[in-house]
Amino acid sequence: MDALLRLFSLIPGWDQNVPAWASISLAGLLAAGLCLGFISLGPVGYVYVERKLAGFMQDRLGPMRVGPWGLLQTIADTIKLLFKEAIFPAAVNRPLFVVAPCLVVIGAFMGFAVLPFSPTWQGTDLDVGAFYVIAIGSLSTVGLIMAGWASNNKYALFGAMRSAAQIVSYEIPAVMSLIVVVMIAGSLSLQQIVAAQAGGLHNWFLWKFFPLNVIAFLVFFTATLAECNRTPFDIPEAESELVAGFHTEYSGFFFAMFFLAEYTEMFVASAMVSVLFLGGFAAPLPVLQTVAGFDIGPVWLIAKAWALVFVHMWLRWTLPRLRVDQLMHVAWKVLLPIALFLIVVIGGLLTAPATAGGFPWDPWFGWPLTALLCGYLMLTALRAWRWHARQVREAVA
Amino acid sequence: MKTWFADLWSGFYTVLVGMDITWRHLFTPKVVLQYPEQKWTLPPKSRMRLHLKYEDCIGCGQCARACPVNCISIKADKRAAGSAPIYAANGQAIKLDVKVFDIDMSLCCYCNLCTYPCPTDCIYMTPEYEFASTDIRDHLYRFAKPDAVFLTVNPKPPAPAPAPAAAAAAAAPKPTEGGAA
Amino acid sequence: MSATRPITSADTVGWRIDDIGPDEMILSMGPQHPSTHGVLRIELITDGELVRDARPHIGYLHRCFEKHCENVDYPGVIPYTDRLDYVASMGNSLGYCLAVEKLLAIEPSPYVQTIRVIMAELQRIASHCVAIGTYGMDLGAFTPFLHLLRDREKILDVFEWTCGARLLYNYNWVGGVSHDVPEGFVKACREIVSEFDQITYPELVNLLIGNKIFISRTAGVGVVSRELAISYDLTGPNLRGSGVKYDLRKDEPYSGYENYTFEVPVGEGQYGPKGSCFDRNWVRVVEMKESARIVSQALDRLEKLDKTDVREKVPKRVKPAKGEVFARSEAARGNLGYYVVADGTAVNPYRVKVKSPCFTAMSAFHHVARGVMIADIIALIGSFDVVLGEIDR
Repeated sequence: MDALLRLFSLIPGWDQNVPAWASISLAGLLAAGLCLGFISLGPVGYVYVERKLAGFMQDRLGPMRVGPWGLLQTIADTIKLLFKEAIFPAAVNRPLFVVAPCLVVIGAFMGFAVLPFSPTWQGTDLDVGAFYVIAIGSLSTVGLIMAGWASNNKYALFGAMRSAAQIVSYEIPAVMSLIVVVMIAGSLSLQQIVAAQAGGLHNWFLWKFFPLNVIAFLVFFTATLAECNRTPFDIPEAESELVAGFHTEYSGFFFAMFFLAEYTEMFVASAMVSVLFLGGFAAPLPVLQTVAGFDIGPVWLIAKAWALVFVHMWLRWTLPRLRVDQLMHVAWKVLLPIALFLIVVIGGLLTAPATAGGFPWDPWFGWPLTALLCGYLMLTALRAWRWHARQVREAVA
Repeated sequence: MKTWFADLWSGFYTVLVGMDITWRHLFTPKVVLQYPEQKWTLPPKSRMRLHLKYEDCIGCGQCARACPVNCISIKADKRAAGSAPIYAANGQAIKLDVKVFDIDMSLCCYCNLCTYPCPTDCIYMTPEYEFASTDIRDHLYRFAKPDAVFLTVNPKPPAPAPAPAAAAAAAAPKPTEGGAA
Repeated sequence: MSATRPITSADTVGWRIDDIGPDEMILSMGPQHPSTHGVLRIELITDGELVRDARPHIGYLHRCFEKHCENVDYPGVIPYTDRLDYVASMGNSLGYCLAVEKLLAIEPSPYVQTIRVIMAELQRIASHCVAIGTYGMDLGAFTPFLHLLRDREKILDVFEWTCGARLLYNYNWVGGVSHDVPEGFVKACREIVSEFDQITYPELVNLLIGNKIFISRTAGVGVVSRELAISYDLTGPNLRGSGVKYDLRKDEPYSGYENYTFEVPVGEGQYGPKGSCFDRNWVRVVEMKESARIVSQALDRLEKLDKTDVREKVPKRVKPAKGEVFARSEAARGNLGYYVVADGTAVNPYRVKVKSPCFTAMSAFHHVARGVMIADIIALIGSFDVVLGEIDR
């Protein structure tokens, strides 16, 4: 928004003639429009990527028929969903049935307000930004419960109850590991959290207090996975148990809204993880922060968020799903104790003057470990690929 | 406490192992055929659609009797007295005038049992599989052709009369191989 | 469900509102449900996520198999048997052929028997691929399912080249098999076996079976004790999962199974009590490996044996003398029995009755389904590996 306001003031005579409230509202509207465009078009991409990934991981090709390599498949699906009749079963509670998907989308969408895409590209830099995201994130729970209740369907009700229990439980370890970051950064403002991680990959909070923050990162990532209802925590919509969970009765546009919300939430959650642990819009090398004088912070944030979204998808196509009691077990008996332990330990370390800025070995782990991970992934990919090439050679021979 | 850590570790580790496998599979060969463009090589004896070589049918009805789902219906009369003798490809004289020979492929269970008893190997399965249609009545195949041209000369004249039937039945294993072309 | 209680409408129609407690709810799962493996309907009384009681309703796939059999001749029954357990057709028709051969006192040549063993064991691998794959899918893991189906396709390819069909083969005939194995059959089978041993099996174990989530979802869930398993006549992997070492291939060898060395895997209870869902699946996984072992031995044998006409002993007209016979074999899902009565006058069987392994497994279902969670119900059905075509017939 600041960026937009500055843009406005570049127009000659704008500041003199347009009252402040008007330009702020205009900038707000424009920013919201940008975000709206982003979230409504984003899922088109995510769904395509997810389906392709699923296909490749399962030795399939994924969508191939609509457009080249099936590129237009999700667009066709979107059009289909938008034009399909939204069926209202006779026994649904109509007002709630309609409001529920809207609430879910709003909950997902409002997270965008504080996501810092760059020092200036941000809806608004709230002092309590981190807290705000978590608070808004749980708004969608209300929507899910509404959807489940309004559907007047037992499966939907089960899904709603499960999602309520799940999201409420996982909020706690998420917040607890968030506190670790907040303690280190000394602020709830997302801008300041990112600013504290500037200066390259080794400065990211992921590598602070190595390996404690890595654990915090894993806890937070797992919790966000659960809050987005992704496998292995997708029990609210577990299709093999509850048919489709809370959106069993939804069709057409309303179903599309749930879909939109799910993917948007995934993006917001991943962006949050990257803001808190992976340096947000800060580039892994300070040199890469600007290209030809332009700050490419947004690109970095989106790239990091997408990388995490990729991990979400990767996990989804790898793991079975947990049972509801095991889910609670993971939240309350595994993640929460770890998070509490981390709060105590890191809090203690921060108060000690010797370790207030992190362990002395912190800068030495970031790059080697990242390189190791990337190297391993590339090596295995190459090996799988070479194996493929050999198969092809043998088939030809 | 020990089991807690062990569970935590095994949970973490096995997830990584699984992710490793799926990661590899991202790059391994894909096994999907893009169907209408790429097609499967079907074995010549694959059982996809029944076909009747009407000119060879003697109307004995053994196929209809063998069919477990009664998808073959045959109506045959004695040929008019004094008409010229006609023969099937293996030399059997055709004594019946097959008026109706219908195969309802929507009933067929693709068991191939009808092809084995056929004395002239005129009914066989073909690897032709693209016969889906929007109307189930299109699956009723009428094979009787009033304008069929029959062999009027016995292609294998001096064979002893009763033997060919038995020989044909005994050599029945390859009706599909023979008829696939 | 004590036997002395009078039968009420609740038993026949379904539970009524009066049958449940204040906090309970009747949940009807199926017949249209993603993971009831076909058209099974299960009625659950649930208290929140807990299942208080469960009752399976079967019959949605009833196709009058046994009645049909009375109206077609003996060879004509074989295509119908293929459609009982459509995931493992070879095993079904083999069982029926064994029964009729017993009735006619025919003994197929060793060559034919070896082919039959290879086919049955390949079919067992293919069937367990589907069983474990869909089980993974029931638990939310989609990827192993497609990996396993990919390998099943290769087996089906071999079947197609052998007999011309991919799913419903009509391959085993009374007294023989319909086609001799094609050229390159042995090589193709060896490739399948080695690929299974080297790629599919380790990947399956690492990706699904060894996964902590899979283990915690299955171990200790739906425990069928040894006694319960025996008293309900569970057979096949379900019985062996409970730790009973009973396999007809070993205990009542047929078709020359006595010539092969293989182990009968039983549930070991690695993670919790014996007889849990995990054990049943574990038995299936190991059984696939053992089947691969049998196949490679049978292939060796096949190469050594003299080629005989595979239809040499196929009778021209099956018309057994008056009599009745019961023959059973170890199909992929367990002990599959055929009871065939011939009246001596007709070419049709007077009666064919199937003792289906899935049916008995389903009958034990309500015992283990009490007190588990809704998600476990799915895990349970999957672990029994029922095929509704065989239950309902």
